[in-house]
Amino acid sequence: MDPILGIHGSALTFRAQRMDVLATNLANADTPHYKARDMEFASTLAGVQTSLRPRRTHRGHIEPAAAKSAADLKYRNPHQPSMDGNTVEADLEMARYAENAVAYQASLMFVNRRITGLRAAITGRVS
Amino acid sequence: MTGFSTFDVAGSALAAQQLRLNLTASNLANMNNVAGQPDAVYRPRHAIFAAADDGFGAALDAVGVQVLGVIESTTQPIERYDPGHPQADERGMVYAANVNVMEEMANMISASRSYQSNLEVVNTAKELMLRTLSLGQG
Repeated sequence: MDPILGIHGSALTFRAQRMDVLATNLANADTPHYKARDMEFASTLAGVQTSLRPRRTHRGHIEPAAAKSAADLKYRNPHQPSMDGNTVEADLEMARYAENAVAYQASLMFVNRRITGLRAAITGRVS
Repeated sequence: MTGFSTFDVAGSALAAQQLRLNLTASNLANMNNVAGQPDAVYRPRHAIFAAADDGFGAALDAVGVQVLGVIESTTQPIERYDPGHPQADERGMVYAANVNVMEEMANMISASRSYQSNLEVVNTAKELMLRTLSLGQG
């Protein structure tokens, strides 16, 4: 975790990635046999917070995998199956997309306040 | 995150839905066409969509939608007895385009709604990007 921005830098990355995944679902809402996917916040958070990640201390070492991996993408269980095998439910995806956007803005606000606070501390006055 | 891939994904969907709307308009515009031979008459056209996943990218890559092609419907034209028609064949038959209006209307509504939701995706992504760009300026 970033000592200055805390969890919110990673949270922004997660939200941006999830935005891509949800946009992919919505783009393929009419594609036959397309299976909707999503990422889970809790497991991603656990991956970011864990301290048991390998560190690269020798140039012969392989770069450890990033906290985020494709394994975190899960397929969705549709509430109503459709004839063409597509599991995208556009209204629900829209709702999740909106929720994700709000969470992105919330993290952005935390980062912004942090920068404002640091700047106030550096300059000695509230700008 | 690769930066602006949300725009690529939603943009590909906008283009695909636009094509679908165009094909619906074409089908509805030609629904009253008649011809003297069954092969010469207009056949309804439909777009085939597929996820634009080449199988080589990482599983996390955002994939848009691609149009595999436009197919012509294989339904037979409607045969109609109309001996007074200038294009009628020797049996007095003309062949009319077999456009299913209900199907086309349902297609149009579906395409229009998908277009709207993808436009919403673009707008939201744009707003978030602009806010991120102005980070630390407030």
